[in-house]
Formats: sequence, C-alpha cells, structure tokens
Amino acid sequence: MYKLVDDRNKIGAAMNLTVVKTLQQAMNEDEMVVALEADLGGASGFSKIKSSHPQQFVECGIAEANMMGVAAGMSMLGYKPFVHTFSPFVVRRAFDQVYLSGGYAKNTINIYGSDPGYTSAHNGGTHTTFEDIAIMRTLPDAVIVDACDDVQIAWVVKEFLKLKGIHYLRANRKAVRKVYTDDSRFKLGKGNVLKTGNDILIIAAGELVSDALDAAEMLQEKGISVEVIDMFTIKPLDEELIKNEVKGKKAVITFENASVYGGLGSAVNDVLVNCPQRVKVKNIGIRDLYGQVGSVDYLKKTFHLTAADVVEETIKLLNRE
Amino acid sequence: MEKHELMKLKLLSANIRLDVMKMLVHCGYGHLGGSLSIVELLSVLYGKHLRYDATNPNDDNRDMVVISKGHSGPAWYATLANVGFFDKEMLMTLNEGGTNLPSHPDRTKTPGVDMTTGSLGQGTSVAAGIALAMKRLNQNRYVYLIVGDGELNEGQCWEAFQFIANYKLNNCIVIIDENKRQLDGYTIDVINPFDIKKKMEAFGFYTIKVKGDDEEAISKAIDECKQVNNSAVSIVLDTIKGQGITYFENLIDNHSVKFNNQENIDAANEAIAKLEKFVKESLKNV
Ligand SMILES: Cc1ncc(C[n+]2csc(CCOP(=O)(O)OP(=O)(O)O)c2C)c(N)n1
Repeated sequence: MYKLVDDRNKIGAAMNLTVVKTLQQAMNEDEMVVALEADLGGASGFSKIKSSHPQQFVECGIAEANMMGVAAGMSMLGYKPFVHTFSPFVVRRAFDQVYLSGGYAKNTINIYGSDPGYTSAHNGGTHTTFEDIAIMRTLPDAVIVDACDDVQIAWVVKEFLKLKGIHYLRANRKAVRKVYTDDSRFKLGKGNVLKTGNDILIIAAGELVSDALDAAEMLQEKGISVEVIDMFTIKPLDEELIKNEVKGKKAVITFENASVYGGLGSAVNDVLVNCPQRVKVKNIGIRDLYGQVGSVDYLKKTFHLTAADVVEETIKLLNRE
Repeated sequence: MEKHELMKLKLLSANIRLDVMKMLVHCGYGHLGGSLSIVELLSVLYGKHLRYDATNPNDDNRDMVVISKGHSGPAWYATLANVGFFDKEMLMTLNEGGTNLPSHPDRTKTPGVDMTTGSLGQGTSVAAGIALAMKRLNQNRYVYLIVGDGELNEGQCWEAFQFIANYKLNNCIVIIDENKRQLDGYTIDVINPFDIKKKMEAFGFYTIKVKGDDEEAISKAIDECKQVNNSAVSIVLDTIKGQGITYFENLIDNHSVKFNNQENIDAANEAIAKLEKFVKESLKNV
C-alpha cells in the first residue's frame, strides 16, 4: 500500500540516480540483470554501473537503434536488459527496433527514456518528447509508466525486471518533489487515489501529480471538492478505477506532460466514452506544439502545465454549458 | 597563404573562441568541448571559403553549412555574430526562454543557420540531400557538413556516406571533428572508432587528415577537396576537445561544462582576458 508524505515540498533523490541505485541492488542479487547505455552514462548516471558492475554493463556508443537490438538479442539468452537514452531517441530513433526486435519477436527490453516533455529544458526542442506515450501505446502489450517520484521509480524498476516484454519508463533525470512515503508499494496497472473529493476528478501522471495535488488544494479553497488519481501506469490503464471514480463527478480533468493526442488524455477519453455517465472532460497536455528551449519553470508556464492552469481550466470547464 | 590573410583568420578564431566563452559563462553552462574544437574550422569557412551574404542569409547562391553535431551550436552562433549575421548582444540570450539561440541549432530561428540539428547523425543525410539537389539543379554551390567523431557511432552517418560516395557528391565537403572524445569519455573507451581516415577511404571518399587548430592547413585541405572531381571528399580534423584553452582541454569531463564553481569560472575569465588581449594586439597588425 501507498501513503502520502506529509511535506509535499520535500524533494526526493535524483530520479536517474534512483534508477541507478535500484539497478545496482538488482545486479547484486541477479547476474542476469544488465544495463545498456548509448554514450549518456554521464547524464543518466549509468557510468556508476560501469564502475560497480563492469560485467553487467554494456556501452553501445551513440547508436540507439543498435542498442535496442542488442538488448533484444541478449534477452533471448536470458539476460534482463535495462537500457537508457533520452526519451526522444527511444521512440523517434529506435522505435522500429523496439517494435520488431523487441515486441513483435516477443523479446524483453526495459527502457528508461529520460527527460520527457518539458524536462528536456535546456536541451531544447530537438530533444523534447511529447509523443512518446502515444507511440508506445500502439505497441501491443507494452507497459508504459510515467513515474511521479523517487519512491515510485525505484519500485517500477524492480517490478519491470520481474517481467518479460517491452516496458517503458519515462521520467525526469533530476530530483522531483516527493509524493509517497518510502515504504509505499504499488501495483502495475492500478491507479492510486491520492485524495478523495466529490466534484472533480483529476487524473494525472508523472511529476505533474504533485502539481495536480497543488491544484486540488487551490480548488478546495474555492469550495470545489477534488479527487486526484496518480495514473502512473498509462498502459495497461486502470479502466475499472476510472469507471468507478467518475461516478457522481461533474467533470474529469486529465493532466500530463505529453501530447494529449494518444497520451493519457486520449486513453482516459477512450474509457469515458464507454461510461454510462456523461461528464465534462478537459484534457490538459500538449496539442500541436513542438518543444522549445528554456528553464522548466518557463516551459511549464509556456505550455500551460502549472497548477494554476489546472485551476483555471477546471473553473472554465465547470462554467461551460 | 599570405601572412596578412592568416593573421585575419587567427583574429577571427580568437574572436569566436572569446564569444563562445562569454556566452557559456553568461549562460552558466554549455557544450564547451565540442564547440571549441571547431573554432578554427568555422573561422576558415566563414573567413575565407564560404560564399554567403550576411545581410541576406537566404541568398540563393550561398554555400550551405550543416553542423550535424548540433550541440556545438554556441560555436556557430559566435561565428555568425562575428561575421555580421546578427548583433553580438543576441549571444547573451543563449538558451533563455523565447531565445533565437537554442542550445541546438534551429533553421527556423537563427539567421545563417541552414539546418536544424541535435539528434546526432541526422545532419549527414540532409547535407547529402542538399548536395544532390544542388547538382541536379546545376548549381555551383557547396555544402559543408561538420560531423563529430562520437557522432560517427550512429549508423545513419554511414548510410549518408555511402549515399554521398555513390552519387560522387564532391560538392558536399564532409569534415569530421576528430577530437577523440564523446560524452562519456574517450571514443576509444566508449566504442572503438578504429582508423576514421581509413574508414572514410574504404567508403570511397578522397580523404585528407590535417591539424584542426591550423587555419592554413584547414584552408589548404578545403582547396584540395575542391580539386577532386570524381569522388566524394572528406577532411578528418585532428583536434582537441576544449581546443585552445589548456585548462578546459585538460578537464576530464569537458563535454558540457558548468560554471558553478570558482575553478571553472576563474579559468574561463583568465581565458577571456587572454583572448581579449590577443584580439587587441592583433587588431593593430591587421
Ligand atoms: C541521437 C543522439 N543520441 C545522443 C545524443 C546525446 N549526445 C549529445 S552530444 C553527445 C556526444 C557527441 O560526441 P561527438 O560527436 O564526438 O561530439 P564532440 O565530442 O565533438 O562534442 C551525445 C551522446 C544526441 N544528441 N543525439
């Protein structure tokens, strides 16, 4: 079970180093766990694995498509590969290899695609990935997770290593605000109700879960009662939870650091159209925009992905005829 | 090369290096190593070989440049500002929200930037397409393609090289910045590049290897490439990552440098002062 931290402004451990630490622990127990990098070991922290577990580290050079194929091949002989590169290079550069050598051939590739959405920050538009969820969702049986904090990302890495197939983890490299207490446990494919409420249902994923909780508090002050779900597993989606929790709500807000076209927003909408209850919906995310360079704060404002934006959109939605 | 001309190129190199350092220090971080290793190359291109009109960046007769190792954008920006494509003040907006100078080049934003890059490898194919189009349109123009040695890990580079060689695109001058390092360290430790010159030759390129901090040698190599009319051409530049500033050449991780510690800041300021002095003195002679 999960529990929320008391102080939501507390910053957790760096997300990338949490992945690294978790992999190192897994490697101590299982020599078949291997990490693959494409010359971003300094960025991901995977260089630490190269030092601590040289026999379980594979440097591939700047060749992401090759890396995915190598991971798939190693998995055929029993290895449990965990690859890292920036999220754009996973889905835009190596998707054919992930798709065919990985998914279609029934091989295993665990993927940490770092710095999705606005978290590419100073790397700018060329490195910004809003489309990864949409692309990965089309891969049959793939598991997609947008992790919201260090506790969750550590749990997800461990969980992925138990499974066969294609597993995609998108998350910032940097430290983010804490959501969960250290002893929290999760279930893949199960959303977490973080806060109950009567009027509005906010379904968020990734580090924006913290902003969703902020928005819920701000709305509460305005007398609007909000329920917040952390939908960290975007695929398979917890359809039951959505169907249950939408009951009696006036509106649903989805909130993601990704394109709503094919993203969490679309996924939730697919469930809502099959609900008997009619409900107003607003998908907050990216539409028809490429990324750009800037600080995270600047980009969140520019892309309208702040708690204040959620508040504004919610009020607009409630007032809509 | 005449002494006077060489002096002018050395002055331009110093100015570019100076502005790269000023930009990165002002910004607080940036891709220093790979920017500094192509300073002399950019100086020779924009100071001598390239056909362009800084007041008309989209001039139909211009030669084009594709910096496929897009993270070296700061070096390109410093060069473009020095030869008049835009004001130097703009350099101080690097990476700011709303800037026209993002960390990776964007052809829709920056005057003089011919192609958007940042995902390594992609510039090579686009340069190949540009060169092929120039030939088919009977245009007597060149495209200069600048590639990183780490970038050569990408299979796409070799797909493009095969294409360029197959079509004998001698108007595409492929220049490889062999600074022997990539992001995670020395290329030989990351993934063995073997002999790059021999690889290019095996791919059908007429290939010259020269010191990448020597303006005269670079210029001669470009002249030599322009004499070749029956095959693809490439130049392997023997460079140092962080070139021209000893402290940063020796810094172990000099791919992306942060100016958040006194040592780096002091080293940068010392380099800036030295370069300013050099520029001032050279101006008397040029
Ligand atoms: C497709 C792709 N993969 C990874 C990166 C991240 N990256 C940026 S620069 C770099 C190293 C480049 O090395 P090199 O080409 O030798 O450049 P230089 O040493 O001249 O800076 C890496 C891995 C990227 N920009 N694009």
